[in-house]
Amino acid sequence: MSDPQPPKGDAPGANEPDADVAIEEPAAASPEGGTAADDARATASGPGQPAEPADVPPPSKWQNMLREIATGNAIISVLAVVLALIVGAIMIAFTDERVQQTSVYFFARPGDTFVAIWESVGGAYSALFQGAVYNFRRDTFLAGIRPLTETLTFATPLIAGGLGVALAFRVGMFNIGGRGQMLIAASVAGWIGFGFDLPWGIHMIVALIGGLVGGALWAGIAGLLKARTGAHEVIVTIMLNYVAFYLVSWMLRTEGLLQAPGSSNPKTPAMNPNAIFPDLLGPQFNLHFGFILAILATIVVWWILSRSSLGFKFRAVGINPNAARVAGINVKGMYFYAMLISGALLGLAGVSQVLGTVTTGFTAGIDAGIGFDAITVALLGRSTPWGTFAAGILFGAFKAGGFAMQAAEGVPIEIVLVVQSLIVLFIAAPPLVRTIFGLPQPGSRPKRSRKADTKGVQAK
Amino acid sequence: MSKTVEHHRIAPQPDALATTVVTSWKAPIAFAIFTLIALALAVFAPRPGETTFRWSRESDAIQVPDLTVPVMQALWAVVALLAVSTLYSVLLVRSKRRVPLWLVVVFAILFMFGFLTWAGAGASLPMIGLLFGSLSLAVPLIYGSLAGVIGERAGVVNIAIEAQLLSGAFTGAVVASVVNTSTGQQWFALIAGTIAAMVSGMLVGMVLAAFAIKYFVDQVIVGVVLNVLVVGLTSFFFSQVLAPNAAAMNTPPRFDRLHIPVLGDIPIIGPVFFQQTIIVYLMYAAVALVYIGLFHTRWGLRVRAVGEHPQAADTVGIKVNRTRFWNVALAGAIAGLGGTFFTIGSGIAFNKEMTAGAGFIALAAVIFGQWDPIKATLAALLFGFASNLQNTLSVIGSPVPSEFMLMLPYVVTIFAVAGLVGKSRAPAADGKPYIKS
Repeated sequence: MSDPQPPKGDAPGANEPDADVAIEEPAAASPEGGTAADDARATASGPGQPAEPADVPPPSKWQNMLREIATGNAIISVLAVVLALIVGAIMIAFTDERVQQTSVYFFARPGDTFVAIWESVGGAYSALFQGAVYNFRRDTFLAGIRPLTETLTFATPLIAGGLGVALAFRVGMFNIGGRGQMLIAASVAGWIGFGFDLPWGIHMIVALIGGLVGGALWAGIAGLLKARTGAHEVIVTIMLNYVAFYLVSWMLRTEGLLQAPGSSNPKTPAMNPNAIFPDLLGPQFNLHFGFILAILATIVVWWILSRSSLGFKFRAVGINPNAARVAGINVKGMYFYAMLISGALLGLAGVSQVLGTVTTGFTAGIDAGIGFDAITVALLGRSTPWGTFAAGILFGAFKAGGFAMQAAEGVPIEIVLVVQSLIVLFIAAPPLVRTIFGLPQPGSRPKRSRKADTKGVQAK
Repeated sequence: MSKTVEHHRIAPQPDALATTVVTSWKAPIAFAIFTLIALALAVFAPRPGETTFRWSRESDAIQVPDLTVPVMQALWAVVALLAVSTLYSVLLVRSKRRVPLWLVVVFAILFMFGFLTWAGAGASLPMIGLLFGSLSLAVPLIYGSLAGVIGERAGVVNIAIEAQLLSGAFTGAVVASVVNTSTGQQWFALIAGTIAAMVSGMLVGMVLAAFAIKYFVDQVIVGVVLNVLVVGLTSFFFSQVLAPNAAAMNTPPRFDRLHIPVLGDIPIIGPVFFQQTIIVYLMYAAVALVYIGLFHTRWGLRVRAVGEHPQAADTVGIKVNRTRFWNVALAGAIAGLGGTFFTIGSGIAFNKEMTAGAGFIALAAVIFGQWDPIKATLAALLFGFASNLQNTLSVIGSPVPSEFMLMLPYVVTIFAVAGLVGKSRAPAADGKPYIKS
């Protein structure tokens, strides 16, 4: 008996045992069989549909916590991270030159090989940690803590983008268009940022709003097409990514649009200092105001989803569009609004890139793959606002540490992509993780499987 | 790739009728738009001079004379003909008749001729190179879209075509290089590389199938994650292993072009279709086999049954999940074979993310081609033509920014998905896991 559990759903990951998430997600203790059953329904009833009945009264935190430990979602999350790191370690060890040299005479002196493996893997992961959290080799605390601020800087767009993807998930939509929305938002914000001369503060706000609107409208195309013609948003957003990329590339090499005057490179001029996000911790750290915006965005999304009537409609549509329609909710409108908000959040990711991180002018690569990383962030955060926040910080740490690891140990940064995607894959398939670690599979509950089945079969 | 909403609703009759009416007006409207575009080119952007179409190369046995046309006269003639076709289609639709396919084809050729004449003003267009390059660029797209068609017909959405192409490119290059340097047998190395590429594509397909079918993970999610995973894996091994040992591990041999004796000498058609590498010839066979297989064999009937109505298929004794698993694996092998085009098919060393979104264009071709192998192939050819036209035009100095030409496949797909061009409907159980009671 397998236990269907998509990476979206209810239980918070192990890395964020947050009280807010527990309140946010009442389904973790839904009466008819807990998370697994809900997840089964979610998987069976279509792509990207989160899985909690909204009408269940929120149980106490302790009940929640016990149930989560019992159903094993928290354990699964931890084990998934561990498993992914182990796979990463194997890749590092196998491709390490000293390991290869010593393995030639493995049977003569196996100790050498193990030492080499330990040194390569331990060195890489300690560099990862020191690049992401605290660098013990620095003298002062301020210098030592710098990696942590780098982590938060990298986490900023990941959180914002992850929230956008997560919000769309909750309405039952899959926004893969992060790249395009970020590019359009970055272009609009950048154009306002360097092309105008406004007073300090106002300039930044205007550029920010411009970027958010740009991202929202670009995503809105997909939302509108889904609402009006039923075009699947996955396809439309993927295609819009490329359209945006070529559009921005063209604008970047066309003088008078985005190209820096007097330059032949496809790059914009530097941002006007008035438009740049202020540094939070002084000029020696890269952490900028965007991080505050990311926190605000998390609060706003949390409020929208769990405290506003719009969020209630969103979740109703996400769980069952037909029931929502019968209840009088404008389903098509919800698709459109959700895409607008989702695009604005991804737009925030793009804006924080151009006004916060890369302020010296940007190219068509400004999105830096964040649009796709945001999907994994949202999946790891199980589509909850605070879960996404925590997942964003974790992946930001991977990114910051990955660069340090590449510089210190020569381990390519791409290992981070592998580890990230493996984490999501493992979290998506708890039975696999349980099998690998020899954990008992939860006993099959006939009620759950029948439920899941009716849904699956109805999907004619 | 289908909407959840629609599936829970039994399509009411009036809806279907409305769609039929709308569909029939699509062709005249599209015709009118393209006629207006041609007219706008003639009125607002007139270009003087003459355009030469070169139909043969120096090396060809039979030479076809060049075609030289004065730009503006030709363009106005094309505009007039386009207007006539548009009017004819309007008349046909008003008398409740369908617009025949030949009219669409003639219209498209006329428009392309007009556009090429306009774009190539004052230059000569190497038509053989243009068409040959289009076919070459379309090869990985066609393999990828065949993989997509099989997977989606079986009910598994495959966003991971990109990953399969990339893994095929990577494995093909590495295995062919290693075998070539260790044995020195080039043909053996190429065959080994091709088989390894198919196996690696198949492995990606199997991971997709395992997660989607055994663990009921959302298929789009698995696909997206697999793309990231394969990009990460190949880039990691490229930086860590291939780049330091490029001579031994990343200098793939290439497939030579094979000149097919008689067919290759036919003017125009020969140099374009029958002086290609074996990967292209395999592609012809693959397209034919997949088409015949899907629509004229027991295997195809089962695949389609499993994708349209898994419960019914199960009732008559077809093992739904097993069928899906092996067909997704087969699709992966086909996409992996397509991946070889990037490395051993062209004699290029592997590089990070070298597929550059081809898998997504292949996905677009699947949808634009309405989940039909032949139509998907044609869509892939169209996309290949668009990107190669951009290459050719940038050489002769294009009046259209190259980015807009490159955008074309994606824009066309958005229109197709939005139902403005033709009707595209996914297999009914596409993307739905089948959970047996």
